[in-house]
Amino acid sequence: MPRQKSAAGGARKAAAKSRWSDRVLEDKVHRTLYTDPAIFAQELVKVFGGQSWVYLAHESQLPEPNSYLSLNMGLRPLLLTRDRDGELHGVFNRCAHRGATLCRDESGTAKSFQCPYHGWTFRNTGELVGVPWPGGYGQDFDRSKFGLRRVNRVASYRGFIFGTLNDDAVSLAEWLGPATGWLDYWIDRAPGGEVLVRSCAFRMGFRGNWKLAYDNAGDGYHPAFSHRSLLQMAARMGDAKDMSYFGKTPDDGPMKSYMLGHGHSVIDQRPAYGGPGSFWANQRPQPGREKFEELIRSQHPDDADTLLDLCVGSQINLSIFPNLLIIGNQVQVVEPLAVDRTQLTWHATTIGGVPAAVNTMRMRTQEDFPAFGEPDDQANFEEVQRGLAVAEDEWILMNRGLGTGWQEITEDGAVRTAVTDELHMRHYYQEWMRLMEGEPV
Amino acid sequence: MKILDRYADTSSWSYHIDEDYYAELGRVSALFDEDWPEPGPAALYEATTLLTREARLIDDGRFNHWLELFSDDCLYWVPVAPGGGDPGTEVSHAFDDRRRLTDRVYWLRTGLAYSQIPASRTRRVIGNVDVLEFAADSRLVRSNFVVHEFRAGVTKVYAGWYAHTLVKAGQDWRIKVKRVNLLDSEQYHENLTLVL
Repeated sequence: MPRQKSAAGGARKAAAKSRWSDRVLEDKVHRTLYTDPAIFAQELVKVFGGQSWVYLAHESQLPEPNSYLSLNMGLRPLLLTRDRDGELHGVFNRCAHRGATLCRDESGTAKSFQCPYHGWTFRNTGELVGVPWPGGYGQDFDRSKFGLRRVNRVASYRGFIFGTLNDDAVSLAEWLGPATGWLDYWIDRAPGGEVLVRSCAFRMGFRGNWKLAYDNAGDGYHPAFSHRSLLQMAARMGDAKDMSYFGKTPDDGPMKSYMLGHGHSVIDQRPAYGGPGSFWANQRPQPGREKFEELIRSQHPDDADTLLDLCVGSQINLSIFPNLLIIGNQVQVVEPLAVDRTQLTWHATTIGGVPAAVNTMRMRTQEDFPAFGEPDDQANFEEVQRGLAVAEDEWILMNRGLGTGWQEITEDGAVRTAVTDELHMRHYYQEWMRLMEGEPV
Repeated sequence: MKILDRYADTSSWSYHIDEDYYAELGRVSALFDEDWPEPGPAALYEATTLLTREARLIDDGRFNHWLELFSDDCLYWVPVAPGGGDPGTEVSHAFDDRRRLTDRVYWLRTGLAYSQIPASRTRRVIGNVDVLEFAADSRLVRSNFVVHEFRAGVTKVYAGWYAHTLVKAGQDWRIKVKRVNLLDSEQYHENLTLVL
């Protein structure tokens, strides 16, 4: 890689002096980062919001004033709310009194939350508005001091809401960096740029460390092997469909991956495709496909190919460190539960500005990979976790692409390389070390 | 349902899943939430026999035989939304027409699906069977299930209820729609690749 300042290379100096530099080497990472509960406990504080931004939810999940969502920031239970004016707030779902969660529903609308334990009541912006029998507290009891603990900063980029507990973190736009352009592409596929995250979610769980999912999200090396069942099934009716192009010349093929700084990266599968209609043509057949295509072509002759392509994924895999994965038409969230247990939530999306039948076909497409592709990956994640029990075999390799000369710097400071380069891992571990600096908490 | 000759092989073509199909699915699904009159003994016997046979084929891993129980215009449906929701705007764990269901069975039998190596061992108990004689050639059957699964050292239990729509095919009944209503359909699940 040329010695030039880039989004991906900037953290390299930190690596030399990091207290983690004996466990994150240039070409490998130590197994304990996937197996040690003490390291996990630190990650869930520092990597998940304590030092920098973490993805929380999409604005369409909070559709009206006083909407709320109950979720987790790391392991911290959080209420993400809109106030009566529609402004976003993050308050921890933890009563200021004795610590009980205030809200036990997943979502809804509420102007205030009353703790079910002793009845303390808080506005959806966090202020304490009342306690039962206040006479039991002294004259100097000041309600304004006992509001809910707030997330220091909540900000959104075109509907994607992030939060951090660090007042000194860079702005959201700076942190996203070149990733914003890729998000823009994904959002602007929808005519009018309206994306709705209200179509149910697969809450898929696996018995493995959360980073196994992040490692995989930027990995163009595995599909030809880990997804052999899907590829073979796709060939049942003859011509190869779906990701079969991952099996051909994976190192020097047309697809590229880009390191975007702060641990973000993207795999661009679009160069494996042709013009309008090629996404649709390559998609494995969904229920109702033939009649639907006939209708779209007869009713929308001018933009049929565009509408058909919108039923199929974006052909980019965008990873926003540490927990947001844009894959296909889905918004995937990495939710660590324990050092060896993770929930991967696949939120399905609809879009505005298209016939209803297009969104129905999007549902049918978004059922395919989670049923026939992802489970095999997650089985492999679980088997990695089992394999890592060999304490004497200490290292996980991430050396593919080293010494190849594949990497080059693009105009916006990203690093472009082959999709089979494990640079994705080497890259995000630099950010991981930056966030994990400092004494254990 | 009339399927055009050109698309008659529904394991390869899916021309028939259209607006009308979704509308009928919604209408029939709603009937499962109603109170039904007490079923006649013959209808109850036939329904129970079919459910028992289906359960055995799945639990014995005879998926090609299981597939033969379904009609050409069938649907194997495992909704995410509790109660079923709206498949027009919501994803399902499975929304398999005959082609996708054929794919699913093919996929299970490739020997390359790592999520099924080793394969799930399952055994299910079905009870509380109720039947509505919906039309001369159509019956609705609802039942409760408990599916025990053992795979890769872990035993799990899935509970819920089935909504079967049966259609007459000669002397036999075929499954037109099998909707699997998992108690915790929208919650955390590990490796939901077993046949429910």
